[in-house]
Amino acid sequence: MIDALSVTVVVLALLAALGAIVLTVMNKRINWPLLIGLGVVELATLVQLVVGIVRLAGTDTDVSGVTFVIYLVAAVVVLPIGALWALAERSRWGAGVLAVACLVVPVLVLRLDQIWSGA
Amino acid sequence: MSGPVSGPGALRRGPGRVLIAVYAVFALSATARATVQILTRYDEARLAYTLSALAALVYVAATVALARSTALSRRVALAACSVELAGVLAIGAVSYASPERFPDATVWSHFGQGYGFVPLVLPVLGLLWLRHTRAA
Repeated sequence: MIDALSVTVVVLALLAALGAIVLTVMNKRINWPLLIGLGVVELATLVQLVVGIVRLAGTDTDVSGVTFVIYLVAAVVVLPIGALWALAERSRWGAGVLAVACLVVPVLVLRLDQIWSGA
Repeated sequence: MSGPVSGPGALRRGPGRVLIAVYAVFALSATARATVQILTRYDEARLAYTLSALAALVYVAATVALARSTALSRRVALAACSVELAGVLAIGAVSYASPERFPDATVWSHFGQGYGFVPLVLPVLGLLWLRHTRAA
Protein backbone atom coordinates (compact mmCIF):
# COMPACT_ATOMS: atom_id res chain seq x y z
CA MET A 1 0.00 0.00 0.00
CA ILE A 2 2.96 2.31 -0.63
CA ASP A 3 1.21 5.15 -2.40
CA ALA A 4 0.56 8.88 -2.29
CA LEU A 5 -1.54 8.63 0.86
CA SER A 6 1.12 6.75 2.84
CA VAL A 7 3.80 9.17 1.68
CA THR A 8 1.61 12.14 2.60
CA VAL A 9 0.96 10.83 6.11
CA VAL A 10 4.66 10.09 6.67
CA VAL A 11 5.85 13.48 5.35
CA LEU A 12 3.27 15.43 7.38
CA ALA A 13 4.13 13.50 10.55
CA LEU A 14 7.86 14.02 10.03
CA LEU A 15 7.32 17.75 9.45
CA ALA A 16 5.29 18.01 12.66
CA ALA A 17 7.96 16.02 14.52
CA LEU A 18 10.62 18.37 13.17
CA GLY A 19 8.60 21.38 14.35
CA ALA A 20 8.21 19.84 17.80
CA ILE A 21 11.95 19.07 18.01
CA VAL A 22 12.80 22.65 16.98
CA LEU A 23 10.56 24.01 19.77
CA THR A 24 12.19 21.63 22.27
CA VAL A 25 15.71 22.64 21.24
CA MET A 26 14.80 26.34 21.29
CA ASN A 27 13.36 25.92 24.81
CA LYS A 28 9.83 26.92 23.70
CA ARG A 29 6.54 25.57 24.91
CA ILE A 30 3.90 24.00 22.69
CA ASN A 31 2.38 26.72 20.48
CA TRP A 32 -0.62 27.04 18.19
CA PRO A 33 1.24 26.48 14.90
CA LEU A 34 2.46 23.13 16.24
CA LEU A 35 -1.03 22.16 17.42
CA ILE A 36 -2.47 23.08 14.01
CA GLY A 37 0.23 20.96 12.38
CA LEU A 38 -0.73 18.07 14.64
CA GLY A 39 -4.36 18.57 13.62
CA VAL A 40 -3.37 18.24 9.96
CA VAL A 41 -1.48 15.00 10.68
CA GLU A 42 -4.44 13.71 12.68
CA LEU A 43 -6.77 14.47 9.77
CA ALA A 44 -4.45 12.57 7.43
CA THR A 45 -4.46 9.53 9.73
CA LEU A 46 -8.27 9.62 9.80
CA VAL A 47 -8.35 9.63 5.98
CA GLN A 48 -5.87 6.76 6.07
CA LEU A 49 -8.16 4.83 8.43
CA VAL A 50 -11.17 5.20 6.14
CA VAL A 51 -9.26 4.49 2.91
CA GLY A 52 -7.46 1.56 4.54
CA ILE A 53 -10.69 -0.11 5.66
CA VAL A 54 -12.31 0.45 2.26
CA ARG A 55 -9.30 -1.10 0.51
CA LEU A 56 -9.19 -3.98 2.98
CA ALA A 57 -12.83 -4.75 2.23
CA GLY A 58 -12.15 -4.67 -1.51
CA THR A 59 -8.90 -6.64 -1.71
CA ASP A 60 -8.48 -10.20 -2.92
CA THR A 61 -5.00 -10.61 -1.47
CA ASP A 62 -4.38 -12.33 1.82
CA VAL A 63 -3.95 -9.47 4.31
CA SER A 64 -4.02 -9.96 8.07
CA GLY A 65 -7.14 -7.84 8.50
CA VAL A 66 -7.30 -7.54 12.28
CA THR A 67 -3.64 -6.51 12.58
CA PHE A 68 -4.06 -4.07 9.71
CA VAL A 69 -7.04 -2.35 11.32
CA ILE A 70 -5.29 -2.23 14.73
CA TYR A 71 -2.39 -0.37 13.13
CA LEU A 72 -4.78 1.98 11.30
CA VAL A 73 -6.54 2.78 14.58
CA ALA A 74 -3.24 3.10 16.47
CA ALA A 75 -2.13 5.77 14.00
CA VAL A 76 -5.34 7.73 14.71
CA VAL A 77 -5.14 7.57 18.52
CA VAL A 78 -1.41 8.11 19.09
CA LEU A 79 -1.46 11.89 18.62
CA PRO A 80 -4.47 12.64 20.88
CA ILE A 81 -2.99 10.44 23.64
CA GLY A 82 0.42 12.05 23.17
CA ALA A 83 -1.18 15.50 23.28
CA LEU A 84 -2.95 14.70 26.57
CA TRP A 85 0.36 13.64 28.09
CA ALA A 86 2.21 16.62 26.56
CA LEU A 87 -0.16 19.46 27.44
CA ALA A 88 0.22 18.92 31.20
CA GLU A 89 3.94 19.65 30.84
CA ARG A 90 4.63 23.38 31.04
CA SER A 91 8.15 23.33 29.70
CA ARG A 92 9.97 22.62 26.43
CA TRP A 93 9.54 18.92 27.12
CA GLY A 94 5.84 19.09 26.29
CA ALA A 95 6.88 19.64 22.67
CA GLY A 96 9.38 16.80 23.14
CA VAL A 97 6.53 14.42 23.98
CA LEU A 98 4.69 15.55 20.83
CA ALA A 99 7.83 14.84 18.79
CA VAL A 100 7.81 11.26 20.09
CA ALA A 101 4.11 10.87 19.29
CA CYS A 102 4.65 12.24 15.76
CA LEU A 103 7.58 9.88 15.14
CA VAL A 104 5.40 6.88 16.01
CA VAL A 105 3.14 7.63 13.03
CA PRO A 106 5.72 6.92 10.26
CA VAL A 107 6.66 3.67 12.01
CA LEU A 108 3.01 2.60 12.02
CA VAL A 109 2.63 3.52 8.33
CA LEU A 110 5.72 1.45 7.44
CA ARG A 111 4.27 -1.51 9.36
CA LEU A 112 0.94 -1.00 7.54
CA ASP A 113 2.76 -1.26 4.23
CA GLN A 114 4.53 -4.44 5.40
CA ILE A 115 1.28 -6.00 6.60
CA TRP A 116 -0.42 -5.07 3.34
CA SER A 117 2.29 -6.81 1.34
CA GLY A 118 2.05 -9.87 3.56
CA ALA A 119 5.26 -9.51 5.56
CA MET B 1 14.62 23.12 33.38
CA SER B 2 13.68 25.00 36.56
CA GLY B 3 11.78 23.80 39.60
CA PRO B 4 12.51 21.01 42.03
CA VAL B 5 14.12 17.94 40.53
CA SER B 6 13.29 15.59 43.38
CA GLY B 7 10.17 14.74 45.39
CA PRO B 8 6.89 13.10 44.36
CA GLY B 9 6.06 13.57 40.71
CA ALA B 10 9.62 14.55 39.78
CA LEU B 11 10.05 11.56 37.50
CA ARG B 12 7.19 12.60 35.23
CA ARG B 13 8.26 16.23 34.84
CA GLY B 14 10.63 17.77 32.33
CA PRO B 15 12.61 15.34 30.17
CA GLY B 16 11.12 12.50 32.23
CA ARG B 17 7.85 13.13 30.48
CA VAL B 18 9.45 12.39 27.10
CA LEU B 19 11.16 9.32 28.53
CA ILE B 20 7.84 7.98 29.85
CA ALA B 21 6.24 8.63 26.46
CA VAL B 22 8.91 6.48 24.77
CA TYR B 23 8.49 3.81 27.44
CA ALA B 24 4.73 3.81 26.89
CA VAL B 25 5.22 3.25 23.15
CA PHE B 26 7.47 0.28 23.87
CA ALA B 27 5.15 -1.08 26.57
CA LEU B 28 2.18 -1.04 24.19
CA SER B 29 3.98 -2.35 21.14
CA ALA B 30 5.88 -5.07 23.04
CA THR B 31 2.68 -6.21 24.76
CA ALA B 32 0.77 -6.33 21.49
CA ARG B 33 3.59 -8.13 19.71
CA ALA B 34 4.10 -10.73 22.46
CA THR B 35 0.35 -11.35 22.68
CA VAL B 36 0.07 -12.01 18.95
CA GLN B 37 3.20 -14.20 18.93
CA ILE B 38 2.03 -16.36 21.84
CA LEU B 39 -1.57 -16.64 20.68
CA THR B 40 -0.83 -17.43 17.04
CA ARG B 41 2.47 -19.37 16.86
CA TYR B 42 3.89 -20.07 20.33
CA ASP B 43 5.28 -23.47 19.32
CA GLU B 44 7.50 -22.01 16.61
CA ALA B 45 9.82 -20.18 19.00
CA ARG B 46 8.87 -20.75 22.61
CA LEU B 47 11.99 -19.19 24.13
CA ALA B 48 11.85 -16.08 21.97
CA TYR B 49 8.14 -15.51 22.58
CA THR B 50 8.40 -16.10 26.32
CA LEU B 51 11.21 -13.54 26.43
CA SER B 52 9.07 -11.18 24.34
CA ALA B 53 6.34 -11.45 26.98
CA LEU B 54 8.86 -10.87 29.77
CA ALA B 55 10.21 -7.79 27.98
CA ALA B 56 6.66 -6.49 27.57
CA LEU B 57 5.98 -6.89 31.30
CA VAL B 58 9.20 -5.06 32.14
CA TYR B 59 8.28 -2.15 29.84
CA VAL B 60 4.80 -1.92 31.34
CA ALA B 61 6.22 -1.97 34.88
CA ALA B 62 8.81 0.70 34.04
CA THR B 63 6.22 2.93 32.33
CA VAL B 64 3.74 2.77 35.20
CA ALA B 65 6.41 3.11 37.89
CA LEU B 66 8.06 6.13 36.23
CA ALA B 67 4.69 7.81 35.64
CA ARG B 68 3.48 7.25 39.23
CA SER B 69 6.71 8.72 40.58
CA THR B 70 6.26 7.86 44.26
CA ALA B 71 8.95 6.65 46.66
CA LEU B 72 7.79 3.05 46.20
CA SER B 73 7.40 3.28 42.43
CA ARG B 74 10.97 4.63 42.15
CA ARG B 75 12.17 1.28 43.47
CA VAL B 76 9.98 -0.58 41.01
CA ALA B 77 11.30 1.63 38.20
CA LEU B 78 14.89 1.00 39.32
CA ALA B 79 14.30 -2.75 39.30
CA ALA B 80 12.51 -2.64 35.94
CA CYS B 81 15.19 -0.55 34.24
CA SER B 82 17.93 -2.78 35.69
CA VAL B 83 16.23 -5.97 34.47
CA GLU B 84 15.67 -4.28 31.13
CA LEU B 85 19.36 -3.37 30.75
CA ALA B 86 20.47 -6.83 31.85
CA GLY B 87 17.94 -8.39 29.48
CA VAL B 88 18.92 -6.41 26.40
CA LEU B 89 22.62 -7.07 27.06
CA ALA B 90 22.16 -10.79 27.78
CA ILE B 91 19.72 -11.53 24.96
CA GLY B 92 21.67 -9.28 22.62
CA ALA B 93 24.82 -11.27 23.31
CA VAL B 94 23.13 -14.70 23.12
CA SER B 95 21.32 -13.80 19.88
CA TYR B 96 24.68 -13.14 18.24
CA ALA B 97 26.47 -16.10 19.84
CA SER B 98 23.83 -18.76 19.13
CA PRO B 99 21.18 -17.41 16.74
CA GLU B 100 19.62 -20.89 16.39
CA ARG B 101 18.03 -20.37 19.82
CA PHE B 102 16.07 -17.45 18.41
CA PRO B 103 14.25 -18.54 15.26
CA ASP B 104 12.16 -15.38 15.58
CA ALA B 105 13.30 -12.01 16.88
CA THR B 106 12.50 -10.54 20.27
CA VAL B 107 12.60 -6.82 21.02
CA TRP B 108 15.98 -7.38 22.72
CA SER B 109 17.61 -9.54 20.00
CA HIS B 110 20.84 -8.09 18.59
CA PHE B 111 20.76 -5.39 21.28
CA GLY B 112 17.49 -4.02 19.92
CA GLN B 113 18.82 -3.49 16.40
CA GLY B 114 15.37 -4.03 14.89
CA TYR B 115 14.14 -1.07 16.92
CA GLY B 116 16.98 1.34 16.14
CA PHE B 117 18.85 0.28 19.29
CA VAL B 118 16.32 2.26 21.33
CA PRO B 119 15.87 -0.80 23.65
CA LEU B 120 19.58 -0.52 24.49
CA VAL B 121 19.54 3.24 25.13
CA LEU B 122 16.23 3.39 26.99
CA PRO B 123 17.21 1.58 30.23
CA VAL B 124 20.42 3.63 30.44
CA LEU B 125 18.41 6.86 30.15
CA GLY B 126 15.91 5.50 32.68
CA LEU B 127 18.63 4.74 35.22
CA LEU B 128 20.32 8.11 34.64
CA TRP B 129 16.99 9.89 35.09
CA LEU B 130 16.28 7.99 38.30
CA ARG B 131 19.68 9.06 39.62
CA HIS B 132 19.22 12.64 38.48
CA THR B 133 15.88 13.01 40.28
CA ARG B 134 16.66 11.21 43.52
CA ALA B 135 16.18 13.14 46.75
CA ALA B 136 19.40 14.69 47.99
